[in-house]
Amino acid sequence: MATAATALSLTEVAPAVLALGPAASRAFLHRSLVAPHRRPALKCHHSRPLTAVAAAAAAAAGDSPSTAVFHGECFVVGDNIDTDQIIPAEHLTLVPSKPDEYRKLGSFAFVGLPSAAYPTPFVAPGEEKSRYAVIIGGANFGCGSSREHAPVALGAAGARAVLAESYARIFFRNSVATGEVYPIELADTGAWKECKTGDVVTVDLANCIMINHTSGKQHKLKPIGDAGPVIEAGGIFAYARKTGMIASKSA
Amino acid sequence: MASISAAAKASSAAFVHRVLPSRRLSVASLFPQKLLYSDPLLAFPPLSQNELAAAAATQRQRRASASGRRARPGRIRAVATPSRAPRAPASTGSVKSAMTTTEKILARASEHASLEPGENVWVNVDVLMTHDVCGPGTIGIFKQEFGEDAKVWDREKVVIIPDHYIFTSDERANRNVDILRDFCTEQSIKYFYDIKDLSNFKANPDYKGVCHVALAQEGHCRPGEVLLGTDSHTCNAGAFGQFATGIGNTDAGFVMGTGKALLKVPPTIRFVLDGEMPPYLLAKDLILQIIGEISVSGATYKSMEFVGSTVESLNMEERMTLCNMVIEAGGKNGVVPADETTFKYLEGKTSVEYEPVYSDAQARFVSDYRFDVSKLEPVVAKPHSPDNRALARECKDVKIDRVYIGSCTGGKTEDFFAAAKLFFASGKKVKVPTFLVPATQKVWMDVYSIPVPGTGGKTCSQIFEEAGCDTPASPSCGACLGGPRDTYARMNEPMVCVSTTNRNFPGRMGHKEGQIYLASPYTAAASALTGYVTDPRDFLQ
Repeated sequence: MATAATALSLTEVAPAVLALGPAASRAFLHRSLVAPHRRPALKCHHSRPLTAVAAAAAAAAGDSPSTAVFHGECFVVGDNIDTDQIIPAEHLTLVPSKPDEYRKLGSFAFVGLPSAAYPTPFVAPGEEKSRYAVIIGGANFGCGSSREHAPVALGAAGARAVLAESYARIFFRNSVATGEVYPIELADTGAWKECKTGDVVTVDLANCIMINHTSGKQHKLKPIGDAGPVIEAGGIFAYARKTGMIASKSA
Repeated sequence: MASISAAAKASSAAFVHRVLPSRRLSVASLFPQKLLYSDPLLAFPPLSQNELAAAAATQRQRRASASGRRARPGRIRAVATPSRAPRAPASTGSVKSAMTTTEKILARASEHASLEPGENVWVNVDVLMTHDVCGPGTIGIFKQEFGEDAKVWDREKVVIIPDHYIFTSDERANRNVDILRDFCTEQSIKYFYDIKDLSNFKANPDYKGVCHVALAQEGHCRPGEVLLGTDSHTCNAGAFGQFATGIGNTDAGFVMGTGKALLKVPPTIRFVLDGEMPPYLLAKDLILQIIGEISVSGATYKSMEFVGSTVESLNMEERMTLCNMVIEAGGKNGVVPADETTFKYLEGKTSVEYEPVYSDAQARFVSDYRFDVSKLEPVVAKPHSPDNRALARECKDVKIDRVYIGSCTGGKTEDFFAAAKLFFASGKKVKVPTFLVPATQKVWMDVYSIPVPGTGGKTCSQIFEEAGCDTPASPSCGACLGGPRDTYARMNEPMVCVSTTNRNFPGRMGHKEGQIYLASPYTAAASALTGYVTDPRDFLQ
């Protein structure tokens, strides 16, 4: 059990590593006194550990910049998709921290999308999981209600990443805090319009690129930065334990 | 209103914080001067002076890199800092830098002398609010991460308000309120506004209703403090000159265990609203005007500060309407500077001492918007986005099926007063079903007991009855966000509704094909009388 003391030590060391928000890592870089990591041949500028503590912790945990690759069919939505459309309020009685209700939340992911504009459901009727591994959207994805049920529903349905032009603040933060989905920004405006639901895509985080095999096009992604390792670990608590910022549960 | 003791508290807390990091360092790093300038043999005989000097320098360097922003070589030298007179670090730091209200509140809460937008800081949270929709999940994470028998960081700073899905037979919704009750009993939570008898809300003296309005009415919103809540409309409390914003379950679970949250300091956009408010406008028109101007993502990651003569003339409930909807522009928080109106509202509501802060004259704002309010007209937000602004009169041909007056945004006492005034002035009856859901038990009482000015002593409830409205329902979030199927006034059919609520995304009030026009209580009442979206000037002239 984490005591108040261990929790406090998290607050002492965590600020830099838990820098949340798309521009957060940049804000920290100029303050960082740590020598930059040697960068392998990457197309994007990946994040650097930000403090001595974090660097040591990251090294101990075998932490490296996000290199995850997701491959599968994509599900495409438009601008300003609010969290009511991702998970309508009538399903909010489901409590995400209960495993059976977590799965049920997944089965309701995106049921709030208007049927006329989105004839293909994200999760097929009677199924718990979605066939779509990647969600592609426009600007201001996840606006509206702060319900954490939204990224949880997407993650529970089996989605691994959302690629959108921009995110509403709370959705972005909830995605990272829960580690449910990678909220990745598309570098080019309008790129989402060149994708169709069902296109087969590969998302390559290390190279910051999304390849649409169906259309044959490639789209640039903005680097996920310091949020990547947090999501990879499974959320802020898991990351803090993995990197030794707070005591592991068994301890 | 400034309180000396609060300032002293903040200052001594800052002092402790500055000393803390060195506690974890070795003796050599704690007493570099002592080792260097006193006899080294007495301390650590095997080390030469050079070695000690080197060790001290390395320690300093390590400390510098470990503690980030405060780390400057040679800054922490003394064994103990000399005692100082208590003072608020934000106002009299060694180098005073101009800050906005939001920056100042976060600086004080994070024990920094000054902050700049973009900095990530750990802030001490004054109040954490959660409700029946996100509370059980937050509690789940808290127990999972801190242990089954863990205690919340402060039982008086966690406020739990069941309000979303109360008057329903949905078993899971009822169970969620039970989860809150068990947790509050186990943790001896001081402020839990419980409801047990669902058949009659009045039989539950503790029950309040909509959390954001209840927070204000119960004195939990105080100038200069930090309020976090598991609800996006927590920004409502910015009306008090408070930093208030919505967070998710996981972040809230963390706050519950530690009392701290990692926040990024937002830059501030300033909205200067000047001019006399015409009698047919309400704060809802102002905020819909602003969101229409800057769009639903115009303030993403930013703070919105409302100033100007119009804002100064608004009462607290109208200021809440303004701040409530900053999230609809993507805003992180809204701020109205605290003034006499604020202090008067708080009188008798809280015994906690508070200290308001204000933007400096030289504070930097990312942008300034100016509005001459006297020239504005009543507006609505058309489906399906809060920034889809149109003048109410431009929508006069839109036939509607119902009107809804309620929610944290549009279900306060002043909102019902406004609707009643318009109904009374018209002397007419409504043409479409008109649903009234007072936000809290107190609002419900006001609707039934306070005479509406200028109506010869009639209460809102009498006027509503004469106008043919539905009887005011039990206080709760009600149909604003759909909710369980049996929720009162939920849109179960694809209808067109004029609503005083805050969102009109597809499916928001229930049916995915439903159409919601967001409007002020005046416009909503006027529309109820005609069955079309109607400019209230048709009845208020």
